[in-house]
Amino acid sequence: MNKAGERIYNGLVKENPTFVLMLGMCPTLAVTTSAMNGLGMGLTTMAVLALSNLFISLLRKIIPNRVRIPAFIVIIASFVTAVQLLLEGYLPSLNKSLGVYIPLIVVNCIILGRAESYAYSNPPLPSLFDGIGMGLGFSFALTCIGAFRELLGAGKLFGLAVMPDSFEPVRIFAQAPGAFFVLAALVALQNYVKNRRKKAGKPYEKIGSGCSEDCMNCSEKGCTKRFYDGQAAKQEASDEEELTIGSSRRARAKADELEVVDLDKGGI
Amino acid sequence: MEGVKELLVILISSSLVSNVVLSQFLGLCPFLGVSRKVKTAAGMGTAVIFVITLASAVAGVINQYVLIRFQVQYLDTIVFILVIAALVQFVEMFLRKAMPSLYKALGVYLPLITTNCAVLGVAINNEQAEYGILTGTVNGFATAVGFTIAIVILAGLREKMEHNDIPESFRGMPTVLLTAGLMAIAFCGFAGLL
Repeated sequence: MNKAGERIYNGLVKENPTFVLMLGMCPTLAVTTSAMNGLGMGLTTMAVLALSNLFISLLRKIIPNRVRIPAFIVIIASFVTAVQLLLEGYLPSLNKSLGVYIPLIVVNCIILGRAESYAYSNPPLPSLFDGIGMGLGFSFALTCIGAFRELLGAGKLFGLAVMPDSFEPVRIFAQAPGAFFVLAALVALQNYVKNRRKKAGKPYEKIGSGCSEDCMNCSEKGCTKRFYDGQAAKQEASDEEELTIGSSRRARAKADELEVVDLDKGGI
Repeated sequence: MEGVKELLVILISSSLVSNVVLSQFLGLCPFLGVSRKVKTAAGMGTAVIFVITLASAVAGVINQYVLIRFQVQYLDTIVFILVIAALVQFVEMFLRKAMPSLYKALGVYLPLITTNCAVLGVAINNEQAEYGILTGTVNGFATAVGFTIAIVILAGLREKMEHNDIPESFRGMPTVLLTAGLMAIAFCGFAGLL
């Protein structure tokens, strides 16, 4: 029981996917035009996350290591489809307002990230609660951001008018640019906390290390760090190299070509 | 003639008016992550144009001749994500063998694009809007062009701002996000085009 509680606390507070890890920013920005949409998206993601975590954990000894990512994607996509069909049937209005972002839960890095970093190496029950905790943290964050944007952008909260009549809504906050501004403020706040912790000598590595930072710190969470970080750096290095020692590079390219030819011969 | 007009409208609306990153928030990761230099941003943009155009064509064909034909449209998400992932892998292998020069220019960016939600987003948008194969492909191309325009502009702005004196907390990502927000406001102006 302690384990379950600890996982939920971890997802909700310690490693909150939005406020601390900064993962899954596409849906965070896109669907938080109102508190209700944020909550709906959060709970939908939570359902998918908890179920996919549970199943991946149950199947973790069967899925071979080399094909684990495609296997995860198939499992996640199946649950997303199931949840989408349920929403279409029972909550058509929510389904309509979330639109294309429901199928896009498949590529949300929180889900693949938890599968890779937790569910694939832990027993089913903690994985289930890890999914629930992370999902609750995500829902909480999305609802907060949605409520903030709805309050400023329309003067409402969950669709109810709460601001006095004299309040002039700042419409831009309910539209696309507002999402960027709110996220900018959020990341700035995070940086502030991070810098203070750094100065006070407290641990800060976890804060804001997710996709929005530059998608480079995702590897532990299952994103594509190795590509962004390693390969982009390699490319830049090779570009510079080309400028300085073009001839040796050409020679190397030639060698590569020869190798390819050799391989082809070998194949025959 | 009517068909051409429709395609032109799709071209303008998908690339400028409802820009994929700035108003739909798809493909934010590479938009924020690979926009430090104009050169890499342009490379990423080219690769995205290439992959999304191809992927939307393939997804269109599969939608028409497999999903609709056998009435299994509810499998769209699973089928599309698998097809896109396989396609990107395949394109990478094909380019490496057949067109090494193109591979050298786009190679690094290709694996990143599998997880780019814009690719899946376009495929699903095409399906939901019930576009045919040609219209869907044009829509994919236009969306990707919109992405390229946005990422190149952002990279240009970031290069200019690199050495500015910015309050400590706003350094890095927050400034980029604020810039993107201002760009989003500017792109709202394109709504008058249609």
